[in-house]
Amino acid sequence: MLELRGVCTRYGPVQVLWEVSLTVGEGELVCLLGGNASGKSTTMKTILGLVHPVRGEVLFRGRPIHRDTPAQVVRAGIAPVLESRRIFPQLTVYENLLMGAYTRTDGPGIRQDIEAVYERFPLLRERRGQLGGTLSGGEQQMLAIARALLARPRLLVMDEPSMGLSPLFVEKTFEVIQDLNRQGIAILLVEQNANMALAIAHRGYVLQTGRIVLADTAQNLVNHPMMRKAYLEL
Amino acid sequence: MLIPQLINGLTQGSLYALIAIGFVIIFGTMNLVTFAHGEVYMAGAFVGAFAMTLWHLPWFVALVMGMAAAWVLGFLIEKVAFRPLRTAGHMPPLLITIGLSIILKDLAVVLFGAENRPVPSIYEQTVRLAGVQVSVLQLVILGLAGSLFLVLRLLIQGTKIGRAMRATAQDHEAAYAMGVNVNRVFSIAFALASCLGGAAGVMIGIYYNAVYPTMGGTAGLKGFAACIFGGLTSIPGAILGGIIIGVVENLTVQFLASGYRDVVAFLVMVIVLVLRPQGLLGRKLRTV
Ligand SMILES: Nc1ncnc2c1ncn2[C@@H]1O[C@H](COP(=O)(O)OP(=O)(O)OP(=O)(O)O)[C@@H](O)[C@H]1O
Ligand SMILES: [Mg+2]
Repeated sequence: MLELRGVCTRYGPVQVLWEVSLTVGEGELVCLLGGNASGKSTTMKTILGLVHPVRGEVLFRGRPIHRDTPAQVVRAGIAPVLESRRIFPQLTVYENLLMGAYTRTDGPGIRQDIEAVYERFPLLRERRGQLGGTLSGGEQQMLAIARALLARPRLLVMDEPSMGLSPLFVEKTFEVIQDLNRQGIAILLVEQNANMALAIAHRGYVLQTGRIVLADTAQNLVNHPMMRKAYLEL
Repeated sequence: MLIPQLINGLTQGSLYALIAIGFVIIFGTMNLVTFAHGEVYMAGAFVGAFAMTLWHLPWFVALVMGMAAAWVLGFLIEKVAFRPLRTAGHMPPLLITIGLSIILKDLAVVLFGAENRPVPSIYEQTVRLAGVQVSVLQLVILGLAGSLFLVLRLLIQGTKIGRAMRATAQDHEAAYAMGVNVNRVFSIAFALASCLGGAAGVMIGIYYNAVYPTMGGTAGLKGFAACIFGGLTSIPGAILGGIIIGVVENLTVQFLASGYRDVVAFLVMVIVLVLRPQGLLGRKLRTV
């Protein structure tokens, strides 16, 4: 469904991604692991159209999207859960949700989907009139996921959703991710928390200084000597 | 004598407020200050004056034309002066707007002459309200400013584009990722800010029966002061700031001397800012 082929991305003179290739199949949950500054977020931004690759291509359902604007990417069916959540602090919970549906024009459909995320996250219904910035970190993460769902995505791209959360909320976040995937949404999960990511993912890639250095099933990655040494806390 | 001066101040202040809101909208969404805002206001005033004197159109048509012209001018300024420099930091756009302000002012002198251009009076009658004699024109200006505040509030709080503007102001990258056309939001914000400045310009022209090329200088400064006074990113703050400056000015004229008008107004502002650096309704931590 999503395919990156030899993607090179740079910020001005600094090249960050080198020939990154990866795929996410229909309904798959794929994780992208890697240490700090390895280029995980840049990969995600390249997929979302926030930055454009200088070489290589990004295909979504067979169509090249690497020159598209974020609006076009969202419309194509890819929704972002950005690094550190990026809730609009001065918009209410309800308005934050509406921002997730920004590219949609089907009013009744949006209302129905808001109802659906309220069902999934009852807390958001309770807090719908509250400003996004007043929610706790964990609550903001739920809102960030709910907001992404309002784009009616086929693929969710999530950048370190567990970052900065209490163990309880980390647990809850991964449950939600697995749950969404089981309902048929493909997920590309960027994580530093390799243990937990590999526990729910089907496959994984490891990024090191902008290059994919490992690509395998989650099972094999967990047992890979390099992984055990570098990323997994065992 | 107090009540009429209060009303004078309120009228004048509501026009400062319209200018100040423009600074708030532009600073709030783009994090930039424009020094050409006073000249956009002047341009709107001239278009309004021409509409009334050359084409003999009614004042409200002149108002709409002045606002439309300012809208277009703001749109163009954003496109040529701000957009290419979006990533260049704060200084280059600032300098460009200073240059633009000089160019627009000189252009007005070349095209229309440096002297005052008369603008016909409207609504010269007065009415008695609760025992006070009030000019109808002042009521019209107050009503108009109030309506514009209201429309603006509805636009920003209650529409999709208004929500996109607020979201962009708070986190433009996140808004962009959600699919907001951030460039379009910036264009609209700038044009909207300019349009309100144009409205103030037309009404000032009518109120003082004159327009002239340098009229944007002090007006721009007062509007900017009101915006800082109110807290830089708060629209209600800008309205309050504008009104306070207008009222203080008029009370100074009445009870001190007209020469102290600007001095006292800015003095009050400085005192408030020393006591409350974030402005009247500003936040200590800027979140908008
Ligand atoms: N906007 C930018 N301009 C210039 N360099 C950037 C920019 N964003 C990221 N970089 C650089 O690109 C490299 C990769 O950054 P990226 O954010 O993709 O890493 P990451 O794997 O997401 O790291 P982390 O785990 O810390 O989030 C870093 O060296 C970073 O300094
Ligand atoms: Mg990152």
